[in-house]
Amino acid sequence: MKSLEELKAIRDKAKSAINVREESDAGTRIVVGMATCGIAAGARPVLNAFAEEVNRRGLKDVMVTQTGCIGICQYEPVVEVYVPGQEKVTYVKMTREKVAEVITEHIVNGRPVTAYTIGAYQN
Amino acid sequence: MRELSLNLLDVAQNSLTAGASLVEIGVLVNTDKDLLNIYVKDNGKGMTQQQADAAQNPFFTTRTTRKVGLGIPLFKMAAEMTGGKLALTSQPNVGTLISANFGWTHIDRMPLGDLCGTLTVLIRMNPHVDFVYIERFNDKEMTLDTRELREVLEGVSLSNPDVIAWIEEFYKENSPLI
Ligand SMILES: Nc1ncnc2c1ncn2[C@@H]1O[C@H](COP(=O)(O)OP(=O)(O)OP(=O)(O)O)[C@@H](O)[C@H]1O
Ligand SMILES: [Mg+2]
Repeated sequence: MKSLEELKAIRDKAKSAINVREESDAGTRIVVGMATCGIAAGARPVLNAFAEEVNRRGLKDVMVTQTGCIGICQYEPVVEVYVPGQEKVTYVKMTREKVAEVITEHIVNGRPVTAYTIGAYQN
Repeated sequence: MRELSLNLLDVAQNSLTAGASLVEIGVLVNTDKDLLNIYVKDNGKGMTQQQADAAQNPFFTTRTTRKVGLGIPLFKMAAEMTGGKLALTSQPNVGTLISANFGWTHIDRMPLGDLCGTLTVLIRMNPHVDFVYIERFNDKEMTLDTRELREVLEGVSLSNPDVIAWIEEFYKENSPLI
């Protein structure tokens, strides 16, 4: 049985971590559309994958959040990435499989994955 | 929607949009009655009777980006396809209860899908909201109440990745539906 003791251990570890902080608005934001259209198209695994990957790679100032319908339902799952000082990048028809690449190339290396952006689909 | 867990997530999103601080979710199976009941109950801003009636038709939405609201009509359709139905009760400033019955063994019943994924995404994205999540399969039951976890966590966020992983494990060990 998953015990409350284990949860206490998690708590103590989290409390002692130096980098404890709540949401910040200074860093990068990854925003996943989670209205009906997004959910039906597969936004849930995409969002969970982003959160897991950000954690796995220990990216400290990256926040994964959700939003409602962005108004381009035919392109869902839609993910908007806001890097401070840069233009917003809109990824469309996202899948779990594309998540690691977006994190590595865009979030870590600073090069948006153009092939997955809305521009690539509109041309 | 391909999975009822996605309908559930979508309906629960409405509760969060409505500003709920407590959301109760149930996924209950009674094989004697051949019944699956899925409900979402919240203490959000609620709806007037008129809004509640309108919400069951695919043309009512208070959103602004698109002219039709689809969440509730899709959930209702998924229930009715199995000989079941959806009931929506709401009161302004009190909250909303959406409850759908499905024929458990009906051939058109969509699979439950990844209920744990729905639960974790809700908690991860809304660490300040409390969730009570109940699953039942006949006389076997599991309850996860984030208020109880919060007590143990002493201010550590429910969206902490280790806490989410703990919840996933808890689910795997206790869910009567998997
Ligand atoms: N739990 C709730 N509390 C208060 N109002 C609600 C609730 N659920 C639904 N509503 C109202 O009913 C409307 C229709 O809901 P529905 O989920 O069908 O569509 P939507 O949320 O507007 O759009 P989407 O298609 O993205 O779900 C909402 O816009 C909202 O005004
Ligand atoms: Mg909705």
